Amino acid sequence: MTEILIRFVVGGIVVSFFASLGDVLKPNSFAGLFGAAPSVALATLALTVFKEGPAYAQLEARSMMLGAVAFFFYAWLITWLLMRKNAPALLATSGSIVLWLGIALGLRFLIFS
Amino acid sequence: MRVGLNFAGFRQTRWYEYAIRFLFGGAITAITGIIAEHYGPVMGGLFLAFPAIFPASATLVEKHEIQRKHKLGMHGTSRGRKSAGLDAEGAKLGSMGLLVFGLIVWQTALDLRFWMVLLTATAAWAVISGVLWYLRKAKFFLRTHHHASEAHQ
Repeated sequence: MTEILIRFVVGGIVVSFFASLGDVLKPNSFAGLFGAAPSVALATLALTVFKEGPAYAQLEARSMMLGAVAFFFYAWLITWLLMRKNAPALLATSGSIVLWLGIALGLRFLIFS
Repeated sequence: MRVGLNFAGFRQTRWYEYAIRFLFGGAITAITGIIAEHYGPVMGGLFLAFPAIFPASATLVEKHEIQRKHKLGMHGTSRGRKSAGLDAEGAKLGSMGLLVFGLIVWQTALDLRFWMVLLTATAAWAVISGVLWYLRKAKFFLRTHHHASEAHQ
C-alpha cells in the first residue's frame, strides 16, 4: 500500500510538472509536445529500479516503445477528429484511448508472444 | 510563430485543473505499478507511454481558447477545437521522442548509472521532439510560401 501511495505522489508531481511546462509554452503545437512527455515513465522507472533492478526496468522500456507507437496513432486520430471533424476535445481524447489500447496490446501480443 | 513563454497560461489554469492533472498522473503511475506487479514488466511497460494526461490537457486548451474568444464577443467553439488539434499535432511528434526515450533506456539500462540513463533518455526525448517540431514547422512555412508565390503569379 505504501509503495502504491509513493507511486501516486511521485507520478502526480512529475506529470503536473510537465503539464505546467506545456501551459506556459507557445505556440500550441510546441506546447503539445509535452502532452507526450515521458512523465509516467520517469516516475515509474526511477521507482522500479530501486525495487526490482535495472534489468526489470529494461524490459519495461522495451514494451514502452510499443506504447509510444500506439500513442503516435492515438494523437494522429485526435488531430484528425479535432481539425477535420470539429469533434469536442473531451470526446475525441477519451474515446480514442480505445485505439491506444488496441494498438498497444495488439503489438504486444504480436511481437512479444 | 516562434517558441516563447506565456505566463498568462498559469493564471488561466484553475486550482482544480492542477488537482485533476495531479490525480490523473498519480493514478496512472500507481496503476502502471499494479499492472506490472500482476502481469509482469512486458505488459506494465506498455503503460509507460499511456496518454495519461493528454485528455485533460487538450480539454483545457479547448476550454481556455473558447473563454478567450468569449471575452472578445465571439463563439470560439470551433477555434477551441482547432487549438486542441494543434496540441494533439505536437503530441504526435512528442510520441516519436517517447519512442527514442524507450529505446535509450532499453539499450543502456544495464551499462550506465540509472540516473544517467534517465537523464540521457529525457534529453533525447526533448531534442528529438524539438527537432521534429522545427522540421515540420519549416516544411509548413515552405508550403505556405509556395502557395503564396503561386497565388501572387
